[in-house]
Amino acid sequence: MTHTNRRTFLKTTALGAASLPFLKVMPALAEGRDTLVVVSGQTINSLDLHRVGTNRASYQVAINCYDRLVSFGTKTLPTGELSYDYENIVPELAESWSLSDDGLVITFKLKPNATFWDGRKVTAEDVKWSFDRAVSVGGFPTTQMRAGGLSKPDQFAAPDAETFTVTLDFPSKLSLPDLAVPVPFIINAEVAKANATVEDPWAMEYLHQNPAGSGAFKVARWDQGQQLVYERNDDWVGGPVPAVQRVIVREVPSQSTRRALIERGDVQVSFDIPDRDAFELADKMTVHSTPIENCIHCACLNTNFEPFQDANVRKAIAWAIPYEAIFNTAAYGRGAPMWGGPETVTDTQWPRPFPYTTNLDTAREFLAKSNYADGFSVPLSISLDLAAWMEPTALLIQESLEKIGISCTVEKIPGANWRTVALVDKSLAFHLENFGGWLNTPDYYFFWAYQKDKLFNSSNYYNEEVEELTNRTLHMPMDHPEYAGLIQRMFEIVMDDIPRIPLWQPALNVALNGATDYEFWFHRQLDARPIAGV
Amino acid sequence: MSAPLRAVLWRILQTVPVVFGVVVISFVLTRALPGDPAVYFAGAMADEQSIEEVRVALGLDQPLWRQFFLYAGDLLQGDLGNSISTGQPVLTDLAMRLPASLELTLTALLLACAIAIPLGVLAAVRQGSWVDHLCRVLVTAGVSLPTFFTGILLIYIFYYLLGIAPSPLGRLDFIYFEPPRVTGFYLIDSLLDGDPETFFAALRQLILPATTLALFTLAPIARMTRASMLTALSSDYIRTARAAGLSGAMVLFGYAFRNALLPVVTTLGMVFSFVLGANVLVEKVFAWPGIGSYAVEALVVSDYAAIQGFVLAMALLFVFLNLVIDLSYTLIDPRIRFAAK
Repeated sequence: MTHTNRRTFLKTTALGAASLPFLKVMPALAEGRDTLVVVSGQTINSLDLHRVGTNRASYQVAINCYDRLVSFGTKTLPTGELSYDYENIVPELAESWSLSDDGLVITFKLKPNATFWDGRKVTAEDVKWSFDRAVSVGGFPTTQMRAGGLSKPDQFAAPDAETFTVTLDFPSKLSLPDLAVPVPFIINAEVAKANATVEDPWAMEYLHQNPAGSGAFKVARWDQGQQLVYERNDDWVGGPVPAVQRVIVREVPSQSTRRALIERGDVQVSFDIPDRDAFELADKMTVHSTPIENCIHCACLNTNFEPFQDANVRKAIAWAIPYEAIFNTAAYGRGAPMWGGPETVTDTQWPRPFPYTTNLDTAREFLAKSNYADGFSVPLSISLDLAAWMEPTALLIQESLEKIGISCTVEKIPGANWRTVALVDKSLAFHLENFGGWLNTPDYYFFWAYQKDKLFNSSNYYNEEVEELTNRTLHMPMDHPEYAGLIQRMFEIVMDDIPRIPLWQPALNVALNGATDYEFWFHRQLDARPIAGV
Repeated sequence: MSAPLRAVLWRILQTVPVVFGVVVISFVLTRALPGDPAVYFAGAMADEQSIEEVRVALGLDQPLWRQFFLYAGDLLQGDLGNSISTGQPVLTDLAMRLPASLELTLTALLLACAIAIPLGVLAAVRQGSWVDHLCRVLVTAGVSLPTFFTGILLIYIFYYLLGIAPSPLGRLDFIYFEPPRVTGFYLIDSLLDGDPETFFAALRQLILPATTLALFTLAPIARMTRASMLTALSSDYIRTARAAGLSGAMVLFGYAFRNALLPVVTTLGMVFSFVLGANVLVEKVFAWPGIGSYAVEALVVSDYAAIQGFVLAMALLFVFLNLVIDLSYTLIDPRIRFAAK
């Protein structure tokens, strides 16, 4: 049979995933929307989230190709868009679960019909192995597991093939949601162990290129730096089987090229597009701009820098920031405003607008009350990797602060160096920052961004009461009678102390042209499972 | 051993200190870069403990001299180390990406030569005519338009507006799969596989980026051809040849052009080495998985092994290229001999 004949033959024949890599031409493209093409500017650098060096874009493989015990449900936002629902935890590989009376032991029953791609039944031993791996490999996965109170292998047990237990050192409201984030995904332990070595007991080398899971999609092809092809797993029991047979994620670094592709309709999804494109494309196609939960773009004032130790100086700056202009120029109005909120705190909504607006007279009054009435100069640092929003923001802040006598010089820091100086050394006096917490509770945000020495507390903020309130509320159930009161007190303190000035809540923008049912997730990666072609 | 062969071996031997220098400098420079790979690769939510774990895993807790000896030892065994960001041996990464860049660059250079050399010759022969002016316009446009701009402009016109060009999605549209790998050049591999459909698909993808690069590279080649042709045409031996009654074509191509070719080949070598590293912008615009974008990404995340591997590969390539150019001199001009050096 010649090549051409083989191709013609294959084009007209329905084919399983196994034969896919041998084809020269992807079959059945013309017929309907069985295949979706997604473009993204980021590169997927690993198929294993647990590996050291795996980047954010690669988390999507853990989401689409692996299952967790539990997942979050879906809700419809006021805008009519779909979003994951933090309040609603639903089964994925677990059929049911129960919490012991003291809140220390969670017992999961696995779905009896769940199988891995190779047909083997998913057992509690696989779950145990995968969880042991997540807490043992170090780096990001281990940190994320710790956030839910999961830190050592002896917390996990598999009493029988379909029962899995997690024993906690202390009860925490974060434990169950932390099992629904991408990190604790369940690996086919038999396959992994068969490919493990003495130096590499967790099969990091193997799983980096060869996923072994039970998830909704299998990886049909991965050409590093170019594309990833997902192929539907028809035996998936973790949720409704995906509507499309195949999803191709193509990496296109140039934003202009991505825009041309989605406008021409040659691709169906352009993921994570800039605010400007979202603004301009909104009337040509479906554009989702979902404010990212628990994420705020902030201007941070480092207490290492002497003038910023003065609360009046911090307030002067908070009153002098041109919020509206920044929101319109840097964010093209995408996202949610974080200024002009009510003076008094009566609820636990977070992120919430702080009670500051742009009022240069108030700003001057505060500055006059401080020890720096004549003003001062300070470098305003931004990251070159995030220049798209940081640069216009910094220039507008610079211009406005000039009017109250504070002169800023904008300092651009290379992306590779940014994390070290901003977050680890915390040595930047005045800078822009954006932390977003995966677990959607205000106390979780405070834990990372307002507690002493925590990574995202780049302001070096320390307040004894905030420390204590955060520690008390972090693991407290949200329906605890004291919870709301304590959280509101935390809000009041940081709104008055203002070490981080919220600018706006950024949006995740996704353009769809020929696809529907896109769902927003806190991890800011494409969940290919619900999405369908039109 | 024949004299030319000995000369070539001697030239290769001379490159050893150069390569050693490149190894040392690239090692030191990558370490001098701002940025801490341990912090970067520890990921978004890293705390001090996890950063330290990553540092140990990457071997960055070792003293610098030890890191260097480990690196040099691996290098002698042909191991360039592993890239942290791609999780693959650097050698594998380079073997994947270098052919993509070479295919693009060579096609662009061929295209540029095919236009620039005749244009330069004609411009020199018919000085002041419309050809000369056309040459000047093209050259000025070529050097003054940045490649990413030309690239986006070409995409806008031929893909977005006219719809003639294929989707600018890299080396092959997503409906095609890579031909079986022999050389890594899709055009050659698809022909070896006897698959004209993939060949034309790869060719279609190549046209716009190659044109973009060609527009940029034809300027120095055309300028150099014109200038050296003018020098050659006004020299004594051409006057002698004309006086001796040789035909116009013989004078032009047999004597003038051959003598004018020497500086053109030198320029070509320089342009090639320059473009191979500098076409990163074209690669970004056309989603071309080449070596330029690989190096830039590695640089951004302080991926030491990948940067060092890239620098070393480039150095070796330049050494090889210079050797080829030197050898081609002897072919063009028999008066130049290795033995004379």
